[in-house]
Amino acid sequence: MDLAINPFSSGTRLRDMIRGIRACKTAAEERAVVRRECAAIRAAISEGDHDYRHRNLAKLMFIHMLGYPTHFGQMECLKLIAAAGFPEKRIGYLGLMLLLDERQEVLMLVTNSLKQDLNHSNQFIVGLALCALGNICSAEMARDLAPEVERLLQSRDPNTKKKAALCSIRIVRKVPDLAENFMGSASSLLKEKHHGVLISAVQLCTELCKASNDALEYLRKNCIEGLVRILRDVSNSSYAPEYDVAGITDPFLHIRVLKLMRTLSQGDADCSEYINDILAQVSTKTESNKNAGNAILYECVETIMGIEATSGLRVLAINILGRFLSNRDNNIRYVAMNMLMKAIAVDTQAVQRHRATILECVKDADVSIRKRALELVYLLVNDTNVKPLTKELVDYLEVSDQDFKEDLTARICSIVEKFSQDKLWYLDQMFRVLSLAGNYVKDDVWHALIVLMNNASELQGYSVRSLYKALQACGEQESLVRVAVWCIGEYGEMLVNNISMLDVEEPITVTESDAVDAVELVLKRYSADVTTRAMCLVALLKLSSRFPPTSERIKEIVAQNKGDTVLELQQRSIEFSSIIQRHQAIKSSLLERMPVLDEANYLVKRAASTQATVSSVKSAPAITPGGPLKLPNGVAKPPAAPLADLLDLSSDDAPVTTSDPSTAPNDFLQDLLGIGLTDSSPTGGAPFASTDILMDLLSIGSSPVQNGPPTSSFSPPGKETKPAPVTPQVVDLLDGLSSSTSLPDENAAYPTITAFQSATLRIAFSFKKQPGKPQETTINASFTNLTTSTFTDFIFQAAVPKFIQLRLDPASGSALPASRNGSVTQSLSVTNNQHGQKPLAMRIRMSYKVNGEDRLEQGQINNFPSGL
Amino acid sequence: MIHFALLISRQGKVRLTKWYTPYPQKQRSKVIKEVSTLILARGPKLCNFVDWQGCRVVYKRYASLYFCMCIDPADNELETLQIIHHFVEILDRYFGNVCELDLIFNFHKAYFILDEILIAGELQESNKKAVLRLVTAQDSLVEAAKEEASSLSKIIAQATK
Repeated sequence: MDLAINPFSSGTRLRDMIRGIRACKTAAEERAVVRRECAAIRAAISEGDHDYRHRNLAKLMFIHMLGYPTHFGQMECLKLIAAAGFPEKRIGYLGLMLLLDERQEVLMLVTNSLKQDLNHSNQFIVGLALCALGNICSAEMARDLAPEVERLLQSRDPNTKKKAALCSIRIVRKVPDLAENFMGSASSLLKEKHHGVLISAVQLCTELCKASNDALEYLRKNCIEGLVRILRDVSNSSYAPEYDVAGITDPFLHIRVLKLMRTLSQGDADCSEYINDILAQVSTKTESNKNAGNAILYECVETIMGIEATSGLRVLAINILGRFLSNRDNNIRYVAMNMLMKAIAVDTQAVQRHRATILECVKDADVSIRKRALELVYLLVNDTNVKPLTKELVDYLEVSDQDFKEDLTARICSIVEKFSQDKLWYLDQMFRVLSLAGNYVKDDVWHALIVLMNNASELQGYSVRSLYKALQACGEQESLVRVAVWCIGEYGEMLVNNISMLDVEEPITVTESDAVDAVELVLKRYSADVTTRAMCLVALLKLSSRFPPTSERIKEIVAQNKGDTVLELQQRSIEFSSIIQRHQAIKSSLLERMPVLDEANYLVKRAASTQATVSSVKSAPAITPGGPLKLPNGVAKPPAAPLADLLDLSSDDAPVTTSDPSTAPNDFLQDLLGIGLTDSSPTGGAPFASTDILMDLLSIGSSPVQNGPPTSSFSPPGKETKPAPVTPQVVDLLDGLSSSTSLPDENAAYPTITAFQSATLRIAFSFKKQPGKPQETTINASFTNLTTSTFTDFIFQAAVPKFIQLRLDPASGSALPASRNGSVTQSLSVTNNQHGQKPLAMRIRMSYKVNGEDRLEQGQINNFPSGL
Repeated sequence: MIHFALLISRQGKVRLTKWYTPYPQKQRSKVIKEVSTLILARGPKLCNFVDWQGCRVVYKRYASLYFCMCIDPADNELETLQIIHHFVEILDRYFGNVCELDLIFNFHKAYFILDEILIAGELQESNKKAVLRLVTAQDSLVEAAKEEASSLSKIIAQATK
């Protein structure tokens, strides 16, 4: 319908609007044009303009396609549908289908118009209504209008009949109870000659079978003969130009009938036998040089696989798949593999014969085909072929695309784990995968590897030597590095002394200092992340006990990290230094080899948490970009951190898993490895806490540890990931440099707090109150620079909720000397208008320059002492 | 069943969308974005199927336009490809050597044609001529109504002279 030619034309025509929009050079221009048009349309709607209603709606549809909101036009659709003329109705129904979806309540208002149109004398208007109903009806509308549609199935006009049949499909999908009402008329439609009606009726029957068992039984009895006749007629028919596609008469009808035959014959021997001949005929006679023919063959194979077919027929089907698999057309290979996956359940042997071809497809250039082939290979793996197949896959890992490595690695790991009875083989494969694609190996996979090595005492020597060699060759693969470092720390003496050599091994010469070198290299590598470096420190500590002569050197390496900007590493470094230096007596017992872990228990937990992770994957909170909340040592331990984690795994029970499923798989090992403060845990909580204990144990007596200020003044851990609030004095004590925080406390009722601490900056608040004015508080803020460069242009800003008034006095200076050499102070006056009801709260922001470069830090202070 | 049909240009502009499964309006634009980035990134000689969110998208490029249909994994991908071709052939016959501009300026006609081919995500008519006959019959109904309106307006105009 050309909306443009209209004698009453005013405003822009549809064509002009589209031209105008297409002429726009920028998105902003386009928005302006659309805004103008929308304004005009809104005006026309509010004036109740009849003449241009359909043109306006057409414009709105175009605007909708561009992605702009058009909800204001929804009522216009209803008005057009309610109009008497065909042109209005046609555009109105189109708008209805385009602008609305079935969830909108506006749709309910259209039910009445639909009912009238379904009873209209004009077949085209009936057609419009059926089409709209078939595309968007809701369950309620389906119930209301089902009788009308049922009646239209008996109509004399084929166009109406086919539309009514498809519309019934939608109705049955929405309300399966109605299926039985339709089965009689559906089966009688199969006697028609018109292909459109036949196709629609066949599809309706298929849908009815899905919806109701009674319908399935009924159609089985009444239709199967008719279907065979239809398929025979259409496949034997002479050239029919109207339905011809590449020399085949109506492939669509072929396919739909084959599909219905499958639905009817599944699990029914009589039906299956009855269609045996025609299936054999179709699968042998259909030409396979064009897509249409292949589509039919594909459907035919699926039907043969789905029913109780004779063995001869199955062979025929498998042969077709074999031909498909060697086809040069990518599409055909893709569907072949799709079908082979279903065929595995029927005839594994037949599919195994094509293993070599499938393995080739894993290396295809097309990612869709690769993925399909990989899934298929995964299903094909069994005890007898696992070794050669894994070898092929691992070999391919070496040369595959970067973006495919992740999938491939995951599949290989899961194959290797599934068939890991031969531990040596398992270790070899894992070491190769780690060397080739260590960056793609998931944490739980290498954790499992460590648990296994820990259990296999006869293979520990072999493992540590292999990993040492691998580490020398491929030091950039993160997971490989971690596993190797862990092993060197645990089994260092086996590496150096070639203990428990296997027959296949060649002895290697590694000195004690070589082992230390290897770990040191990793520690200093720029790309190592916090977890890896933390593991390095533990490994070094352990080596210092295994190789006493290297102890001095290790002490130096460890000490180098005392000034690390990452709190975790700094703390470890300091604590480990003091162990090496001052606690020779307990060192060797402290650093014994890790006890044998309970493998079975670990596997059960891992399986459970993997499932939990899968289900919680969507609800898992986003990782804060600034890194995790840094919980200080010894403060606010969450309950899920039993000491037992370290000593007895079997008692490490559910809480850890349930408290945070997404981190749970890591906890278990991290507890053991003492790498709680990893970058991988999104919410804090459990894994951090488990480190505390280890740290506490390690820092016994080394410095006057105290558990910091009362826990009540700290916000609960893991509540919100804000960088600021929990900052300990414990760390200060360990540093031995806490002098600047302990400002004189003039009012004993309100202790000085550390309001903010980052790697670079510390802010302490002390409080003063005038007697008789409980609402007013004077805060004395003191800023300390923790880095080795001076901060200039230092500006402190603060914001408070509405019920608090804040006044900032000028600061004592704008430059913060480096290395805690003095501090800047600034006083703040705060008036809490809801004193006694609400506590103080404050957001702060510090801007400054380091070597002329702008820096910005911000935080929130929640740990004000109560009573302010 | 076909969950949705999508026509996108090589530049990623949407030319036609048809939803047979109820996706809320907000989700629709997300789906369009995801599917189009997925498909536009694929090279020319690869297969015409992509797995997407547990469904399968069958697509084919005709000149500057990508025709995409999203189906269940259990459906016949090759047949869906044939349905796309069926649709394109009918468009071609209707417009006479169809090009992207035809589908931009007469987008509503493309929808009318699609509505004669698919309903409820299932195929309605395998006969191209039958589809064309039905669409042109409805077009002429509209033309007739328009002529009637314009002659009526002429009479009114003459009467009020």
